[in-house]
Amino acid sequence: MAERAEPAPARTGWPLLPVLRRMAAMPLKDPFAFAGVLIYLLFALVALFAAELAPLDPMEILFTKAGKLAANVPPGAEFPLGTTNLGRDIYAQLIYGTRSALAVGLSAAIIVATVGTIVGLVAGYFGGTTDAVLMRIADMALSLPFLPFVIVLTGFLGASTSNIVLAVALLLWPNSARVIRSQVLTLRERAYVEAARVTGASAWRILFVHIAPNILPLSFVYAAIAIGWAIITEASVSFLGFGDSGSVSWGMMLQDAFASQALSRGQYAWFVPPGICIVLVVVAGFFISRGYEEVFMPRLRGR
Amino acid sequence: MRLVLERFTHNALALLAVTTILFFMFRLMPGTPLAAFINENLNADQQQAMLEQFGLDRPMWQQYFIYLANLLQGEMGLSFFQRRPVMTILLEVLPNSVILTLTSLIIAYIFGVLAGAWLAWKRGSWIERAAVPAVLATRAAPEFWIGMVLLALLSFNAGWFPSGGASSPGMAYSSNWDRIFSLDYVHHLALPVLTLALYLQGLPLLLMRSNMLEVMHEEFVTMARMKGLSEWRIVIGHAARNALLPVVTAFALGVGLSMGGNVVIETVFSWPGIGRLLVQAVSVHDYPLAQGAFLMIALVLALMNFVADLLYMVLDPRVSHGRKS
Repeated sequence: MAERAEPAPARTGWPLLPVLRRMAAMPLKDPFAFAGVLIYLLFALVALFAAELAPLDPMEILFTKAGKLAANVPPGAEFPLGTTNLGRDIYAQLIYGTRSALAVGLSAAIIVATVGTIVGLVAGYFGGTTDAVLMRIADMALSLPFLPFVIVLTGFLGASTSNIVLAVALLLWPNSARVIRSQVLTLRERAYVEAARVTGASAWRILFVHIAPNILPLSFVYAAIAIGWAIITEASVSFLGFGDSGSVSWGMMLQDAFASQALSRGQYAWFVPPGICIVLVVVAGFFISRGYEEVFMPRLRGR
Repeated sequence: MRLVLERFTHNALALLAVTTILFFMFRLMPGTPLAAFINENLNADQQQAMLEQFGLDRPMWQQYFIYLANLLQGEMGLSFFQRRPVMTILLEVLPNSVILTLTSLIIAYIFGVLAGAWLAWKRGSWIERAAVPAVLATRAAPEFWIGMVLLALLSFNAGWFPSGGASSPGMAYSSNWDRIFSLDYVHHLALPVLTLALYLQGLPLLLMRSNMLEVMHEEFVTMARMKGLSEWRIVIGHAARNALLPVVTAFALGVGLSMGGNVVIETVFSWPGIGRLLVQAVSVHDYPLAQGAFLMIALVLALMNFVADLLYMVLDPRVSHGRKS
């Protein structure tokens, strides 16, 4: 009886396509998710057309027409957000910072979602010792203090963007793995999985063909959250002075502004916009995950 | 009791794992741990003697057990640069971090719980619809950036607060407690606390709001309503009490988590706490000090995880009186 009542996640055929279709339609059902996707799209476009949007080189030291260093120029027609104390165009840095933010965010998100999904699937489906070992490793990673670990790792391994992404990925996968595991635990008892097992499908086939597509929305949510975490972490680590000195990022801009006393000079145009960009990208991830909950876990709907 | 022991071993093992990871991480770092002590004028024999003196000639596993035994006695070695015991340095700055964290958390949770309950009450109103994304935005903002904006506005522009440190230059106190209870200290503490509280209030607020929404639909609330209790008594006496449980657990977890997150706040405000100490130690490659500061943060985290487990057991009757079903 209970088996009939359950909302069937595509009993026949490969459930990947219907799930993808529902995921693509999700932003249209929830205004929050819609806003989140819109923000992502906007920043992706800015990153793509950075060179067209900002004609000046973000690291180039600029001079005024009179030949003097264009340092701390207030925002105006020539420099929309003014210049830094070394005469660099803040607007160009902001635009180019989008690229490194998206690079950090996306690479961390892909690693976190992939590792978290595979570990969650395997631990949840096979159970037993495999499950116990994987979950103990997850516990271990979760008991490391987040930012201190990233600092120690990048401080000693070298300040590069890839080390920051690595540290973030090492610490974030357990969250998604845990949730996906518990989801797999319920999915594996469903009738259609039982049916596949009876017809002689192998464990891996059941796992990747019948179960994995149904947890795809969850992986997607954790990827969206990881984008935000990675960007905040990169900014924090750069701010503390362990960032990649060769790349233009919002965190590096904030560190630069802080270190060169932009705060006491009241150069708000220097340090407010990068923070707002970070807030927007991170909030977009929150909105998307919220939208997912409303659409895919309708328990809270109508409240 | 068995459950308590189980949670304790669980957290203790996690801490052991962290210390193990840390030990090997610091050993695999470039350069020998003696880099700061070995002088270029020493010849190879003298260097070897020094290695032996510090026990660095022994096999890795022996070093590991010596390290664990030392840790249990609170022995973390000498700081490379300050040439003082790491433990002494840590205990000097720990009170500053604890005060910063606890004050901010208490303010954040009192505000968050009240505002969250109120927003649940206002479910569906325009104010609720505007407040939820606004609260999400405070959670999305990097803590140090909030700190920078507040610093520029309230300290440099308005001049209401000092721009950093824990006490004004030239101040002298007879004891550490005198210093901490001085008005000057509180004045320095205010802005970091405001920043941290602003960042931290989102979690209890959102948690309280969703718990209230959940609890308001439970049978005992319907029951209270049927008994004819006033709406106010239902909200405070029945719903809020139950909705508060997860928030209390989150508070304990929050102490552990924000001790780690404080590194950036303490750096922005030059607050002499354990997080800033860690940052400084890492940037000058002071391995023993960095390791000690990291372990102290990890210890607080593990301890508070355990406290959260205990609180959860004590407060939630389904756990403490469970096993009936």
